[in-house]
Amino acid sequence: MTQVAGRLGIARVPAALRRGGDRPPGEPGRVGYAYLLPAVLLVGAFTLAPLLHSVWLSFFEWDGITAGRWVGLANYGDLLSDRDQRVAFAHALVLVLFYSVLPVLIGLLLAGAVARTRVRGLTLFRVLIFLPQVVAMVVVAVMWRMIYDPNDGPLNATLRAVGLDGLAKSWLGDFGVALPAVGLIGTWVMYGLAMVLLTAGVQKIPRSLFDAARVDGAGPLREFFAVTLPALRGEVAVALTLTTISALRNFDLVYVTTKGGPGDATSVPAYQVYERAFSTGEVGAASAIGLTLAAIIFLLTFAITRLSERGAAR
Amino acid sequence: MKRTRLLGPLVAVGIASLAIGCGTPGDDGDDAADEKPTTAAQTRPDVSKAGNVTLTVWDQEVRGGQAAQIKELNEQFQAKYPNVKIKRVAKSFEDLNTTLKLAVSGPKAPDVVQANQGLGVMGQLVKAKLLRPVDDYAKAFGWADRYPSLLLDLNRFEPGGTTFGSGDLYGLSQMGEIVGVFYNKKKVPQAPKTFAEFEAALEKAKQSGDVPIQFGNLDKWPGIHEYETVLAQTADKESVRDFVFQKGGASFDAPEFQAAAERLQEWADKGYFTKDFNGTGYDPAWQRFAKGRGHFLIAGTWLVADLADQMGDDVGFFVLPSDEGDPVALGGEGLPFTITAKSEHPDVAAAYIDFLTDENAASVLTQTNNLPAMKLDTPEPQGALLADVFAAWKALGEADGLLPYADYTTPTFGDDLGGAIQQMLAGKQTPEEFTSGVQEKVAASK
Repeated sequence: MTQVAGRLGIARVPAALRRGGDRPPGEPGRVGYAYLLPAVLLVGAFTLAPLLHSVWLSFFEWDGITAGRWVGLANYGDLLSDRDQRVAFAHALVLVLFYSVLPVLIGLLLAGAVARTRVRGLTLFRVLIFLPQVVAMVVVAVMWRMIYDPNDGPLNATLRAVGLDGLAKSWLGDFGVALPAVGLIGTWVMYGLAMVLLTAGVQKIPRSLFDAARVDGAGPLREFFAVTLPALRGEVAVALTLTTISALRNFDLVYVTTKGGPGDATSVPAYQVYERAFSTGEVGAASAIGLTLAAIIFLLTFAITRLSERGAAR
Repeated sequence: MKRTRLLGPLVAVGIASLAIGCGTPGDDGDDAADEKPTTAAQTRPDVSKAGNVTLTVWDQEVRGGQAAQIKELNEQFQAKYPNVKIKRVAKSFEDLNTTLKLAVSGPKAPDVVQANQGLGVMGQLVKAKLLRPVDDYAKAFGWADRYPSLLLDLNRFEPGGTTFGSGDLYGLSQMGEIVGVFYNKKKVPQAPKTFAEFEAALEKAKQSGDVPIQFGNLDKWPGIHEYETVLAQTADKESVRDFVFQKGGASFDAPEFQAAAERLQEWADKGYFTKDFNGTGYDPAWQRFAKGRGHFLIAGTWLVADLADQMGDDVGFFVLPSDEGDPVALGGEGLPFTITAKSEHPDVAAAYIDFLTDENAASVLTQTNNLPAMKLDTPEPQGALLADVFAAWKALGEADGLLPYADYTTPTFGDDLGGAIQQMLAGKQTPEEFTSGVQEKVAASK
């Protein structure tokens, strides 16, 4: 550097270079943070500020218009003491099974099958199975409301036509069945996403691994657990993360299909947030529920990432 | 190392934004809340002398006949007063309810808004002093003679916005609404005259293998209408009104409220409702009735246009009489047009509201197949169904037989009661558990 400077006839070495001796050349100085500024401002204004503002609001009892009243942590206390809210969170966790676990299992099954054979027209299948992801959730919900109609809906009509009258149910109106019925809609929407992620992952596994497994005499099951599953760890983590987030955030589906009913059999936290913030004037409580939900989502996705990373290290 | 370095600016931004958020929410310093409403009007204001005025109006008259009448009346008003320009913002009911509070409390508040009755929307606006009481205009224009007293009471609030049904008047509604019984004239040639006759007709319908009452309760709220229709039979109308307006600590956990639940459970057990009603949507249920399936449908007059369209003269409407023989039914009126406290033209706004509810408006409403709430003479309605509805409205008005919607009781009551009725009808709760559970919710929301 000094050589270059000398040759060009620049006597003085820039001050910054002399002082920052411990920094390798090319490493940005403090001025580098200036480049971050636009992004930080955007994120700050549209993500962090609203987030922190709702933290602030969650300490108040506030109807949205008149002056609020400071209640400290009471809104969070209600989360534990109020049965309605506990129930809603429990429902959200049940929905994770349907939105996340089930689709990933189905996706794995399909991926395992694809791994063993070359499927002709794979792209076509992929498009068809992925289709539910593309359709707006409200449309999906309206469609399934029709499918589930106990009297004229095609689901019950089919069951009765094949003589399974006993299985025909009031899908969204029965207290025991409504939540799984809503959950299954989620499964239908999500399994396409899981499958596309996982089959794409399978195609990137070197064929030589499968060949080696077969030479060693591994059956389809052994091959799946020894080769396919470990190689898909990353994809499984991504699929689980994405689907868990949508399971916990689920609002539109419940809002359109059941409004949380019958009774409160399908009430979920996101629906409670909407109700409280927009119709019943409990903005503080709504913020507290929303933030708790965000914290749970964060913890769960963190746990999923951690588990998959630890598995990879082993 | 890298993480901690990033943390610095993040924390800084965080603290900065927390500082923005600080301060008690809703307490914005400029206290519109303490300003007295503008000077009281003594006489009918003269709009033609008001100069050039743009009146911003937020309404939810977006469906069929509703849209037609407001368009017509707005045009007539602007023709009558060329110095006034109406800037109309039309929103759906849900949309209006969720955005109204922000709009009215903001710096560019509209002049006239439709604010839903009850504690949820109107109560909060009154509490924040964002609406202007209109008692002075009511006197100047003579509005008290125009309406049955309950219909004005529904738009009244005590100062503070926590008690309604009495106190200051805040607005006027255009349209009346009744929840009554629609019947298929092909199957029920003569409308039942008493409750006993009605139940006998239900049994007969059941025997014939048809659905006695088409009922879809998936949307949670429709059950409230079946419940209050029966409640009108088991309870005295004053006790229902006292409960809804929460007068003198009136409780839901009372024998007459249990009796209505018992009767409904009995109907559900006997199969008088659509099978699996809790899983059936409201729209599919009334659409089935419109296609000729089912004898009766308990629903509001908002379905009149659709049902008349599809069933022609095969559909009729009646209201069940009470034991004393007077008609009594769940009902009320559309959202009232109110004046915002921040409006700079309250006189013009009041004249506009007067124009929307006067005799000419009543005719326009009738011609566009709406039911005017005002007790004014109107031309003959078109069609047999609408004639039934007009007759029922007139009889209810004369007998003072309207029961207010129970969802007015507390901000969360629509959801609370709707959910409880779903459970009660599914046999998950006894009538006693139902009324005590509902009362607990009422007490908890205070």
